[in-house]
Amino acid sequence: MMPKSKKQRQLFYVVPYSIWLILFVFAPLVLLLFQSLTTSNGDFTLHNYAVYFASGTYLKMTFNSVWYAFLITLITLLISYPTAYLLNQLKQKQFWLLLVILPTWINLLLKTYAFVGLLSKTGTVNNFIGLLGIAPQQLLFSDWSFLLVAAYIEIPFMILPIFNSLAEINPRLEQASHDLGANKWQTLRRVILPLSMPGIKAGIQAVFIPSLSLFMITRLIGGNRVITLGTAIEEHFLVTQNWRLGSTIGVILIVAMVIIMILTRDRVRKSSRKRG
Amino acid sequence: MKKLLVSVATILAVVLVLFGTQSYLSSKTGTGTSSKDVLNLYNWGDYIDPALLKKFTKETGYKVSYETFDSNEAMYTKIKQGGTSYDLAVPSDYMIQKMKAERLLLPLDHSKLTGLKNYDSRFLNQSFDKKNKYSLPYFWGTLGIIYNDEYVNKKDIQHWDDLWSSKFKNQIMLVDSARDALAVALITQNKSVNTKSQADLAAAQAKLTTLMPNIKAIVADEIKMYMAQNEAAIAVTYSGEAAEALSNNKHLHYVVPSEGSNLWFDNIVMPKTAKHKAAAYAFLNFISDPKNAAQNAEYIGYATPNKNALALLPKSIRHDKQFYPDNETISHLQVYDNLGQAWTEKYNDAFLEFKMTQR
Repeated sequence: MMPKSKKQRQLFYVVPYSIWLILFVFAPLVLLLFQSLTTSNGDFTLHNYAVYFASGTYLKMTFNSVWYAFLITLITLLISYPTAYLLNQLKQKQFWLLLVILPTWINLLLKTYAFVGLLSKTGTVNNFIGLLGIAPQQLLFSDWSFLLVAAYIEIPFMILPIFNSLAEINPRLEQASHDLGANKWQTLRRVILPLSMPGIKAGIQAVFIPSLSLFMITRLIGGNRVITLGTAIEEHFLVTQNWRLGSTIGVILIVAMVIIMILTRDRVRKSSRKRG
Repeated sequence: MKKLLVSVATILAVVLVLFGTQSYLSSKTGTGTSSKDVLNLYNWGDYIDPALLKKFTKETGYKVSYETFDSNEAMYTKIKQGGTSYDLAVPSDYMIQKMKAERLLLPLDHSKLTGLKNYDSRFLNQSFDKKNKYSLPYFWGTLGIIYNDEYVNKKDIQHWDDLWSSKFKNQIMLVDSARDALAVALITQNKSVNTKSQADLAAAQAKLTTLMPNIKAIVADEIKMYMAQNEAAIAVTYSGEAAEALSNNKHLHYVVPSEGSNLWFDNIVMPKTAKHKAAAYAFLNFISDPKNAAQNAEYIGYATPNKNALALLPKSIRHDKQFYPDNETISHLQVYDNLGQAWTEKYNDAFLEFKMTQR
């Protein structure tokens, strides 16, 4: 089955990959771009972009999307880094890591509905604080509940890359740092943190980018109090059926994501890490 | 790695065996779509009493292949692309008008319809389908207000303007639909819910924005769940959703404001793709039969347009003013027209801007 010459073997690998990439990555992107740049007759136009950038509503929505994605990323990072660090110190770390990853096996919508049960007026949280004699609070449909649920859902995707980059650090480096007189805080700041930077960047990408276009949670938990570009795309594809404007917003989101990728890209420093 | 491969292969094998058994069983019971004696029905999810489908097969010999959609737009896209040849579909009013204009529907041959006389004339000959050339009414309903009598007095919430009362700060759930939310504002200003005047629409948006302090959340189908769980005191939604919420919480009530509201229809149509026309007419006549229509209305809980079926329903349903409002109220109800692309977008943009306003 396996072709013999090296060149043939290379071709054997290249063909399926390139077909896959062309069909499922490039073609959809080109279609999206084409839709956003044409009228219904197929003529070239920048009208959709003009509509987008001339509309205060869409610009405000873009700002909202970026702002909430930033908050979600910040919250997950603040929780995930210490968690990943502590996980790494544990004896059965693979087992504990499995427990962290376990929730990602459950469907997103189910988890969201579970939070509705927890946070609703007659839900578990209100029942619990009722025991302490506190009157039921309005927990759903607020910025806080939205950020809580979004952060909860994204946390495993932040912990995983950070955990992996921490696990890769040679423990002797830490010992050397102690031997050379650094205290715990200095070791963390000067040795561990810089060496785990690739993991942090990968985590930021894995959380920030999907957070930009969340839309189910904005309605179910946020009660449409939080409006992001995901809401607008959903509306243009499902309700008004203006796929061209929907595609335009999609293209703008992709550009935003590319910018994030460039800002957080891993600069070539791997050589220094692999020694040790 | 080897273990992983083995377990993946095991799962695939089990799925394959189950799939094989399932297709064997279904070919044995004959729900395959290739056969001639079949009816391809495209309907909303859980929108017919399954017992009626069995009865239909028993009486006529046609097997029913029942497929579902969750929005008019999804149904429209699928029928327009024409991948599956549906014999009957159940779109709502404005969508029928749109499909008709785009020549996606076949006219119904009234000489083949035996059940037309059973329908209430108030629900025939609507603006979206004059003389019912293309459609037969399946269910109808209204837009209205659900309230919870534990938190709200009946007399405080009888009209749309009551929603703006300062008593209901942060208490109202609004349905996440541009047409319906703006319809509420338009009706309070005595304007048509199908207005194509920029000034009317802007005024309606401004009026709706002043409702923001009272709005707790803007949600979709979840309203019925939230209302049944006492999450909010008041909700604006459709009668169909209300019927389901009311059946889960005895403190809930539904009001259709007498000054007017939306009257919606789900009608049965025959898409251009229909292949089994005899089966389709057999089904139209079957579902027009008062006994069957009554059984269906009792199962679904929506209002039936079939007057002879209504007579067969129990008194508690027949006299329920919540879901069968009196003639006076019905005369003030308005049906949505298809607004066309440009105005649909204007309504949606106005609604989006409203949603973006801060409390």
